Amino acid sequence: MSEPKFSDRVLVIGGGIGGVQAALDLADTGRKVYLVESAPAIGGYMAMLDKTFPTNDCSMCILSPKLVSCARHPNVELMTLSQLVTISGEPGRFRVRIVRHARSVDLSRCTGCGDCLEKCPVKVPNEFEGGLAQRRAIYRLYAQAVPNAPVIDRRFCLKFTKDRCGNCARVCKAGAIDYSQQDEEIELEVGAVINASGSVIVDPQLRKEFGHRRLANVVTALEFERILSASGPYSGHVLRPGDGKEPKRIAWVQCFGSRDESIDHGYCSSVCCMYAVKEAVIAREHNPAIEPTIFYMDIRAYGKEFDRYIERAQKQYRVRFVQARVAEILEQKENGGLIVRYADNGGQRSELFDLVVLSCGLSAREFTGMTVKVDSTGFPVTRLTEPVSSSSAGVFLAGSCAVPVAIPETVMAASAAALKAMTLTVPAAKAVSEEQGGSELDVAGAAPRIGVFVCNCGINIGGVVRVPEVVEYARTLPGVVYAEENLYSCSADTLTKLKQRVRDYNLNRVVVASCSPRTHEPLFQQTLAEAGLNPHLFAMANIRDQCSWVHPDRDRATEKAKDLVKMAVARVRRQLPLKPVKLPVTRAALVVGGGISGMAAALALADTGVDVCLVEREPVLGGMARRIYETIEGEDVQRLLAEMVAQIKSHPRIRIFTEAEIRRINGFVGSFETTVAVAGREEIVRHGVVIVATGAQYRQPDEYLYGQDPRIHTQQELEEIVARQPEELKRLDTVVMIQCVGSREGEHNYCSRVCCTEAVKNALAIKRINPDCDIYILYRDIRTYGTLERYYRQAREAGVIFVRYEETDKPQVKVSEGKLQVELLEPVLKMLLRLQPDWLILSSGVTPYADASILGQLLKVPLQQDGFFLEAHAKLRPVDFATEGVFVAGMCRYPKFIPEAVASAQAAAGRAATVLAREYIEAEPYQAVVNPERCSACGMCEKLCAYRAIEVQVIDERSGRRAAVVNQAMCKGCGACAANCRSAAIDIRGFVAENISRELAALFAED
Amino acid sequence: MSFEPKIVGFLCNWCTYAGADLAGTSRLQYPPNMRPIRVMCSGAVDSVYILRALLEGADGVFIGGCHPGDCHYVSGNYKTRRRMVLFNSIMRALGLDEGRVLLRWISAAEGKKFADTVTEMTERLRQLGPSPFRKLWEV
Repeated sequence: MSEPKFSDRVLVIGGGIGGVQAALDLADTGRKVYLVESAPAIGGYMAMLDKTFPTNDCSMCILSPKLVSCARHPNVELMTLSQLVTISGEPGRFRVRIVRHARSVDLSRCTGCGDCLEKCPVKVPNEFEGGLAQRRAIYRLYAQAVPNAPVIDRRFCLKFTKDRCGNCARVCKAGAIDYSQQDEEIELEVGAVINASGSVIVDPQLRKEFGHRRLANVVTALEFERILSASGPYSGHVLRPGDGKEPKRIAWVQCFGSRDESIDHGYCSSVCCMYAVKEAVIAREHNPAIEPTIFYMDIRAYGKEFDRYIERAQKQYRVRFVQARVAEILEQKENGGLIVRYADNGGQRSELFDLVVLSCGLSAREFTGMTVKVDSTGFPVTRLTEPVSSSSAGVFLAGSCAVPVAIPETVMAASAAALKAMTLTVPAAKAVSEEQGGSELDVAGAAPRIGVFVCNCGINIGGVVRVPEVVEYARTLPGVVYAEENLYSCSADTLTKLKQRVRDYNLNRVVVASCSPRTHEPLFQQTLAEAGLNPHLFAMANIRDQCSWVHPDRDRATEKAKDLVKMAVARVRRQLPLKPVKLPVTRAALVVGGGISGMAAALALADTGVDVCLVEREPVLGGMARRIYETIEGEDVQRLLAEMVAQIKSHPRIRIFTEAEIRRINGFVGSFETTVAVAGREEIVRHGVVIVATGAQYRQPDEYLYGQDPRIHTQQELEEIVARQPEELKRLDTVVMIQCVGSREGEHNYCSRVCCTEAVKNALAIKRINPDCDIYILYRDIRTYGTLERYYRQAREAGVIFVRYEETDKPQVKVSEGKLQVELLEPVLKMLLRLQPDWLILSSGVTPYADASILGQLLKVPLQQDGFFLEAHAKLRPVDFATEGVFVAGMCRYPKFIPEAVASAQAAAGRAATVLAREYIEAEPYQAVVNPERCSACGMCEKLCAYRAIEVQVIDERSGRRAAVVNQAMCKGCGACAANCRSAAIDIRGFVAENISRELAALFAED
Repeated sequence: MSFEPKIVGFLCNWCTYAGADLAGTSRLQYPPNMRPIRVMCSGAVDSVYILRALLEGADGVFIGGCHPGDCHYVSGNYKTRRRMVLFNSIMRALGLDEGRVLLRWISAAEGKKFADTVTEMTERLRQLGPSPFRKLWEV
C-alpha cells in the first residue's frame, strides 16, 4: 500500500461572502479551492445590499474587491452555475460530484463587453432587482458581476424556446456565444468540504394578509435594499413600485416570518432589527422628507456599536419605533396607500403609510448532496467547542447555513471553517517558479521605447471613438515607437501578439488604451511579465468605461481618448521597474490570554503545525468560563473547560506561560519579538503573528443596593448557587431579576449581549428546582437572538413573568421593614407594580479590562470608545487588526457566547495561518520612499501615517543626522506622507510626483 | 464655438475611480471635459498637483475620494478634507474662484453621482469662463 496522501484540495459550496472568505483564506495558504456557486456569478445576498450596518459602508464597494481577488486567485477555481450532487469517502479523501450547468457563453472567449445584452429582444423580470426592473434572456446577474460574462436563461431565450433569433451570437465579435453547451457532471477529490450555502429569505407569501405581490407598495426588505441602491431599479431614488411616486411615510414590519410558531419559524432571525433601522436611516438620507416607522417586538441591537446606531436613528434621523405586532395590511384603492393594522398597549389601531417594508427573516437552507444532522429549526446541530463542524466529519459550516447571522459572524465562521479544513489538508506543492526571476529585461538607462495598443472592444470603443485616428496620433507622441489597434486587446490571441510585439520592436514600456485598470491591469501586467518586462513599465488609458461608454459625441470622445493616451504615454515614459519587497516569516504564534478564546486559538493553530506560545496572567487557564457552570443548552462548561486545558497542556506544539506578563513587543508581521515576564525573569519569544484574546469581565454593580444586602446577587452569583447549593433555591417564593443594570446607559452605553440569555437560563433553572417560585424579569428588550429564542419561549411557558420597563422609568429598589421591595411603573397597564422578592438578581453586564489599553499600546492596535479592541473592519475583517499580523479573538472584541468565542478564535487562527503559510511576506510595491537629502526630519509624516509605517530615526550614527525611514512591512502606499511633506522628500513608487507633473504638462502642451 | 473647460480629475482608486467606471457600465452620459488621473487615495493629492494642473492650463480641478469613514487607508480622505480647507483659503487670497477646485465623496456605487458631479462642474466652469491662472507661472 502506498503512503496515505493528504489532499491539497478543498471544496467550498456557496459563493456568498462566507464562501468567498473561506476560499481566499484557504487559497492564500496554498490549498487548491473549488468554489461552487449555483448562480451565474458569486456575491450572494451581500451583493444585493445597498449599505451595511452599523458603519453604513456601501456593500458592493467593500465586497467587490474580495470577489475580484477570488476570481483572480491562482488557487481558486470558480465554478458558477454549479451544484453539489453527492459526497462520498471520508475526511481527507472525499469524492464529490458536481453538476455544471451550461452558461451558453464561453468564459474563455467572453470579454464582458456587454454587446449581446442590448440586442436580446426578450425582456423578463429581473430577480436580482426583486422583479422591480427587467433584464434580457441573456443577462449579467448584476453590473459588477464576477465573472463578468453573461449567461443565457434557456427558459426564455428564443433560440432555445423557438429556435429563432440568434442575435447575441451575431453581435458577439469575440465568438463567445455557444448554444451547444451541455450540462456536465464532474467528479473531484477533496480533503475537506466547507458549506457556505447561506440561508433563505423567508417567503413573503407565508402570510398572505401582508399582501406582498398582491399590493404593489408592499416590498420585502431585500427589495427595498435594491430600491435604495444607486445601481438598483430606481438609481437610488426612493420611489414606490406601485406608481413611481416618492413615498413619505414608510413602515417596516419586523419579525416577518420570525419568532412566529404559527408558521413553524419560532426562532429570531438575528439580523432584521439592525437592517430595518439601517434601511430607515438610509432612506432618510436619500430623502429627508421620509418619515420612517418601525413596528417591532424587541429591538435586538446586541452587537458592537448597535445600540448607538439605534440611538442615532431615533434622535438624529427621527426614526419612530412602535412596539406592536402588525396584524394585516390593507390597501386604499384610490391612491395605493396602505393601512397598517396593529395592536399596541392602547389596543387596536390603524395607520396610513405610503410604502410598507416586510422585514423578512432568514430560514435554513436544505443541505443538498450531503448528510448533516439538523434540529427542529432546520439548522445543523453543532457542539459548543466546535461551532463550525457539522455532524458529518470533514464537512464544515461557514455562515448563515449554520445559524442566522449577519456578515461579520459569517466572515468569522468562514475563516474558522477554513482553519478546520486546513487541518485535514496540506498546501499544494509550490509551482515551479511563480516569478519571472532573472529573465526580466534591464531597462536602466535605455531610452523609452513605448508600444501603444488601442482596443476597439468590439464596437464598445470603436463605435464611438475613432480608433485608427487615436493610433495615428499615438505614433506622434514622444517615445512611442509602435502603435496598433486591436479588436479586443484582452483576448488570448491579442495578448500573444502583444508579447511578440514587445520582442519584435524591443519595447520597454507599454500602454494599453482600453477599459478600466481596476479590472484589466493585472491581466496586462502579467502579459508584460511573460514578455520579460517588469509589470510596472505599463500604463492604461481608460477609453471605454470613462470615455466611449459615457460620451456619445464622436469628435469629443475621440479628442478625450487622444488626451488619455497622451497622458498615459507621458506617465509611463519615466516609470521605473518595481520589485516586490519580500520579508521573512517566523512560523510561530503568540496568543495573549488563556481563556476559552485564547485556548481555542492556540489549539487551532497548533493543529496546523504551528508552534504557539500562550501567555496568561492568572495562575490558571480558563478565564471567564471558570465562572460559568452550564450553558442554556445544558452543557457542562466546567467539564469542557477541563478537557480543553488537558488538551492544551499535552499538545507538543504549545508552550504555556501562566502568571506571565507581556513587557515589550517589537517587530512587525512575520517577525515579532516579544519579551514575556514570568516567575521573576524575562523570556524572549519570536513569532510571526499575534492573537489577542485577553477577554473581558463581569461588571460589579454599584446600583440597586448591591453589596448592601445579602439577598441581592448578580446573575453569576446566582449561577454559582444553582450549581453548588441548589437546595437554597427551594425556599424562595419570589425572585426578581433586573436586566440592563449599568448596561445600555451612561458610561456603558452598549448591550452586553449575554445577560438576557443568562437571566432566562437561571430563571429556568430555578423553575426546574422550585416550580412554585414566582420569577419576574424586568427588562428593556429581550435579546435572545437566533435560536436562543426558544428558551425565552420556554421561560414564558414555565410561568416566568417578563415586565418591560423604560430607561426613563427604572425600577426602584429599597429595603422596607427588613423586606426587599422593588417598584416599577408597568408600561402596559400604567400601574405601579410593587414586588417583595426574597432575592433580587442583577444582570450587570460585561465590561472590558481597563488595562487592555496597555496591550493596545504595546501592539499599536486601537480600542473603541467602550474599551473593546477595534477590528480592522466591522464587517469584513472582524478578527483582523488594521496592523498586519495581529488578530483578535473572543470577548476582548465584544461580549460573546462560548460558541461565538470559539468561532472567533478559530477564525483568528485561520487568518493567522494565511500569514504563517507564506515563506515570505510580500509588501505593497507602491511604497513611500524618502530622499534623505531633502528630509528635514520634521516628523509630519510620522504624525500622519495611519499605519505607523514611517518614523524619524537617526540615519547616520556618526553625525547624528536624522531622517524619516519607511518600514516596508507596514507601508500601504496611500501617499498621505508624500502629499504633506513640506520638503517634498517623499515619493510613492509607481506614483511619483514628477510623473504626475509630466502627465499634467503633457496634457496641456500644444500638440 | 462656446467655451469648453478642461478639468483635471484626481480620482481615488477605491471609490471615485470605481464610481466613474460604474457610470460607464451604466452608460450614464456626462460631458467629456474631465481628464481623470487615478491615484491610490485622495489623501495622496498633493496641493502642488492641483496648483500645477491650474498653472498648466486646467480650468478646474476635481478631487474624488471615499465617503468619510470609508477610506481604504483608514483616514486619507480626512487628511484631504483638512488640506482642502487650507488650500481654498490660499486660493481665496490669490483671488481664484473657489468653484474651480472641487472635492467630492463619491463611492464605488455612485456612478450617477459621478456623472452628475462632472456635469454640474462643467456647467459651472462654462459660466465662469477660462481660468485666469492658465500659464500664470509668476504666481
